[in-house]
Amino acid sequence: MSGQAPDRQIVFEDVSKFYGEVLGVNRVNLSIPAGITSLVGPNGSGKTTLMNLMTGLIRPTRGRITVMGISPAEPERLFHKVGYCTQFDSFPKGLTGYQFIYSYLRLSGQAHRVADRLAGQAIERVNLAEAAHRRIAGYSKGMRQRIKLAQTLCHQPSALVLDEPLNGLDPLIRAETIALFRSLAQEGRNVIISSHVLHEVDAISDQVVLLSNGYVVAEGQIHGVREEIHEQPMQILIRCNKPGDLASQVFQQDCVVEAKIHPDGQGVLVKTQDAGRFYLLLNRLAQGGINIESVAPADDDVLSVYEYLIGTEEPTK
Amino acid sequence: MITGRLPWALWRAQILAILRLEMKKTFVNRRGLWIYFLALAPVLLYAFHSFVQLKNGRQGDLGEDTHIFAAVFQFFFLRLAIFFGCVGIFMNLFRGEVVDKSLHYYFLAPLRREVLVVGKFLSGLLAASVIFGTSTLLQFVAVYWYFSSHIVQEYLFHGHGAEHLAAYLGVTLLACVGYGSVFLAAGLLFRNPLIPTVLVLVWEAVNGFLPGLLQKMSVIFYLKSLCPVGIPAAIALDRGNPLALIAVNPAPASPATAILGLLVLSVVVLALSSVQVRRMQIDYGAE
Repeated sequence: MSGQAPDRQIVFEDVSKFYGEVLGVNRVNLSIPAGITSLVGPNGSGKTTLMNLMTGLIRPTRGRITVMGISPAEPERLFHKVGYCTQFDSFPKGLTGYQFIYSYLRLSGQAHRVADRLAGQAIERVNLAEAAHRRIAGYSKGMRQRIKLAQTLCHQPSALVLDEPLNGLDPLIRAETIALFRSLAQEGRNVIISSHVLHEVDAISDQVVLLSNGYVVAEGQIHGVREEIHEQPMQILIRCNKPGDLASQVFQQDCVVEAKIHPDGQGVLVKTQDAGRFYLLLNRLAQGGINIESVAPADDDVLSVYEYLIGTEEPTK
Repeated sequence: MITGRLPWALWRAQILAILRLEMKKTFVNRRGLWIYFLALAPVLLYAFHSFVQLKNGRQGDLGEDTHIFAAVFQFFFLRLAIFFGCVGIFMNLFRGEVVDKSLHYYFLAPLRREVLVVGKFLSGLLAASVIFGTSTLLQFVAVYWYFSSHIVQEYLFHGHGAEHLAAYLGVTLLACVGYGSVFLAAGLLFRNPLIPTVLVLVWEAVNGFLPGLLQKMSVIFYLKSLCPVGIPAAIALDRGNPLALIAVNPAPASPATAILGLLVLSVVVLALSSVQVRRMQIDYGAE
């Protein structure tokens, strides 16, 4: 995915994981750089297995993993640099939100004052200050999700691994949490997110890793991934003043597979096997009297790529 | 990140953090209330005995009560109360967390898994020692309660009383160390606690019939060697008692050997447990 140094990346080298005879993931080769990377795939595709592998909660059957240059088999080093928000919705008994974070920091070896300060900051960052001294057992699903997030980032790790972190959050908190992920990525951290909600993935990801049945089917920036899918014609939406004229003219060209008026009547949706040639053609048409307002790819989003590569096993759109 | 700190200081801080987290779970646990009842049972028995003796005009014999105490300590307290108490406390240290799906909390911290094993073991040991140590002390008070203070003082300070009490407290502590390490390891290896419990119970019961080398691979061998009042003397009161067979220690170890042997056994078991925890994966779905 990137040319960054290995100690800034999460690297999988030919990694496979089998649960007995059941395949978790197979022959995964990945290099995940800084920024927001989303793991996308249907249930059972291997997203959580990849996350558990990179945090050492499970061991690979074959292959090698390094996270920021550290083996996941060394938790005492790894978790100074990594925070993992799991999907497990269970907590040590009887703790308040504050105690949950504070105890984690003390387990990490932090002194009381530092642990207290960092716990306060993390709780503040996920907007849970008011409920910090209430027992987690009385928290709503969204609050439990946020306190897990606070634990993940309280020690200021370089990489955050977040398994379905937006689950159970209401729309407002969801937006705030996405903004938080963006700010963490802007600080130069690796933020790895698994999500079922494709439009959110599309909005926040710098890179995506598409998984299906334990295999990585595509990885990289979504535009790059789309360009690699040659068997599916590229869809381009052209906004213009004469969509009917444009549609009839482009339809006569070899490189155009399909051209239809957009449902709002303000443009033409074109499917082409050769986007380069089509753009050249469009330049000629623009000079011929059609006023073209905008040209934009219509299917280089996660949803389209997901449908092309994985098909009908769709997660939530 | 912690920098410029010796690992020992870091490990000590981490063990203290584990103790703080575990204390509440090991001491105040509704599922563990039966352990308190088990520990208190002999105290209540002795209290009742003393009460009856008081009503009958203090007609007891201190020597006889010392032997009764020795027999109850070996047959019930060591072999059953502390044994099953340690099953309840130590097997849950890891097993309970897996059942509650909360073990990942520890596994996601920058914490050596070996340190986690030591921290958890110490938290279990603290709970078991306080519960059963207090019980031993209260038993000692309760069994001699009906004697006049003059006789008790004579026994404690001019006889072997204080020495016996210290020995019983020491044996109690060592029993918690020995059985604690064994059942912590068992909790890592077995999903069903019944299987290792029965296996260890049988192993400990037949210990007296095993060859010398195998005897040394049990906890009770060392504990029997350290008990201040030998069971043969107590059993002599009732020679037909078949329990004498499992209580007799034909070749007891010296106190130093017994203490060292038990500690070495426990350290070996804990080291093997650490290796197991180091390899452990979180797979709650398989539970």
